Amino acid sequence: MKIEINNLHFTYPGEIIALSGINLSIESGEKVAIVGQNGSGKTTLVKHFNGLLLPTNGTIRIGDWDTKDHSVAELASRVGYVFQNPDEQLFNSDVKSELGFGPRNLGYDDDRTEELVEDAIELTGLDNYRDTNPYDLSPTWRKMVALGSIIALDSPIVVFDEPTTGQDAQSVEVIARIADELHSRGKTLITISHDIDFCAENFERIIAMSEGEILLDGSVLEVIAQEESLATTFVDPPQLTRLGKELGFDQTVNDQASFLGAYRLSHEQN
Amino acid sequence: MALVELSSVTYTYPTTDKPALKDINLKVEQGEFLAIVGSNEAGKSTLCYTISGFIPHFFHGDLVGEVQVAGLNLEESKLNEWVLNVGLVFQNPFNQISGSKFTVFEEIAFGLENLGVKRSEMIERVERAMELTGISDLADRSPYSLSGGQQQKVALTSILVMEPQVFVLDEPTSQLDPIGAREVFEVIKEMSRAGITVIMAEHKIEWVAEFADRVIAMHDGQIIIEGSPQEVLTSPLLPEHGIGTSRYTQAAKQARTEGLFSETTPLPVTLDQAVAGFSGGNHED
Ligand SMILES: Nc1ncnc2c1ncn2[C@@H]1O[C@H](COP(=O)(O)OP(=O)(O)OP(=O)(O)O)[C@@H](O)[C@H]1O
Ligand SMILES: Nc1ncnc2c1ncn2[C@@H]1O[C@H](COP(=O)(O)OP(=O)(O)OP(=O)(O)O)[C@@H](O)[C@H]1O
Ligand SMILES: [Mg+2]
Ligand SMILES: [Mg+2]
Repeated sequence: MKIEINNLHFTYPGEIIALSGINLSIESGEKVAIVGQNGSGKTTLVKHFNGLLLPTNGTIRIGDWDTKDHSVAELASRVGYVFQNPDEQLFNSDVKSELGFGPRNLGYDDDRTEELVEDAIELTGLDNYRDTNPYDLSPTWRKMVALGSIIALDSPIVVFDEPTTGQDAQSVEVIARIADELHSRGKTLITISHDIDFCAENFERIIAMSEGEILLDGSVLEVIAQEESLATTFVDPPQLTRLGKELGFDQTVNDQASFLGAYRLSHEQN
Repeated sequence: MALVELSSVTYTYPTTDKPALKDINLKVEQGEFLAIVGSNEAGKSTLCYTISGFIPHFFHGDLVGEVQVAGLNLEESKLNEWVLNVGLVFQNPFNQISGSKFTVFEEIAFGLENLGVKRSEMIERVERAMELTGISDLADRSPYSLSGGQQQKVALTSILVMEPQVFVLDEPTSQLDPIGAREVFEVIKEMSRAGITVIMAEHKIEWVAEFADRVIAMHDGQIIIEGSPQEVLTSPLLPEHGIGTSRYTQAAKQARTEGLFSETTPLPVTLDQAVAGFSGGNHED
């Protein structure tokens, strides 16, 4: 399902301009990371995908729907959005009800709901916490519950807003595997993140934002090679990309495999 | 004598019977920048709460052992006295915001106001603090209508402005953009150079390596290793306990298995070390 955004402007009450003229299209099945400065409008942009916010100006279409013609509840069948702060999202008294809430609301019967909830529990590793109140969980597990409750919607488009914040190496790995799995199921995956290493290793396309606009948009390698433009969005290239550059590699590298590949090559040449 | 000293500290939250801290011994000197790394639920926040007095004065439960800051004993002190010396930036910025102020400026001035600081001095200190963390342009905004990272910077600034003798920060850069995060590290490093003692829980290994004087790694309520950033952050104990390491370290380890990185060069944690290490390997043959 395609996302198509035309000349999107958004201003919060109090004349706070958050988005000024976004044009963007994301095809079905793409794996996109959005990076950029604090306050540049990343969260505001993706909150338009499921109708939580409606454009001040411009249009946004999800497949054949203009978001302004559909309710948030309807849009949930097409776009699942995991909040940056899980506390804004979670309100059920146990993990299982939290995960079942979305599918039930979309009108799925008990069997289908059960199936979706079990799938989400498996992907997020929440098995031991089915009956736990999300508020008794640590912040990092609460984030997993928030993720799980959106996975359970089984929507064709899934948006994660800073899923790796505060997560340790192991949990980041779990999130990367979840992203892979959803991608392999043909879903469109959009993730906001400040962790550029994570983005470069796990995504195909990077969009970098600054002050309500898109400054860079391209394949991972295209975007991370542009150190100066990236810096204007307050993002540094990934660690190994910087190292490769310092070592004088000819090509841009984005992860350990490509770094070591280029290193071997330069080693042989010497 | 160390400025902060924990002796045989074991702590159990009231709702559980498994200790969250087990026999912690830790000394931090005045002006030192100590970083705490560890996997999720290792006890980093619990340790931050203990040093800053929220344990046992806010979270009750069972605290055994002794906590001293500047010669004062934690259990014999009141929380409002303790916080004059020790400031804590919470992991979740929402917990920091007072809930009673209409603008970011007032929010940051709140603590100084409570101390009865003169108005002119207060304005000057708030403005300077906001400039340091790069949020001057948010002064008149509501503390609630901010982006996640902006909110985290406000929470940080509201403690920074108090100039606590001991500055405890629990993952203060988790929601900051990469350049903003590095700038915060720089500001905090400056404070520690000026004599403020810094204790910071953090996952960003590269910046910990660059800025901290000493690092402790925690797992399951215990300190599993303690030492210089290079020593701790390249230790095999970290990946064994699910704790992240820098990409430089990981790449060098892999390169070593292929004979592409010298066995005698220390594993790199920072970019500079990695450049030196990987160019060294190249020039050997
Ligand atoms: N509820 C709100 N009311 C008013 N202004 C807001 C609100 N939420 C965000 N803003 C403002 O809109 C702009 C964009 O914010 P947004 O949350 O989209 O940024 P972001 O790129 O997600 O930042 P971060 O990386 O810090 O999460 C910022 O200037 C922010 O202060
Ligand atoms: N308020 C609380 N009540 C009961 N147990 C708690 C509470 N807060 C933390 N714990 C438990 O104490 C242990 C240490 O948790 P703590 O939050 O200190 O870890 P952490 O290293 O800060 O983890 P994270 O990286 O997830 O922030 C965990 O087992 C956790 O479940
Ligand atoms: Mg955001
Ligand atoms: Mg914590």
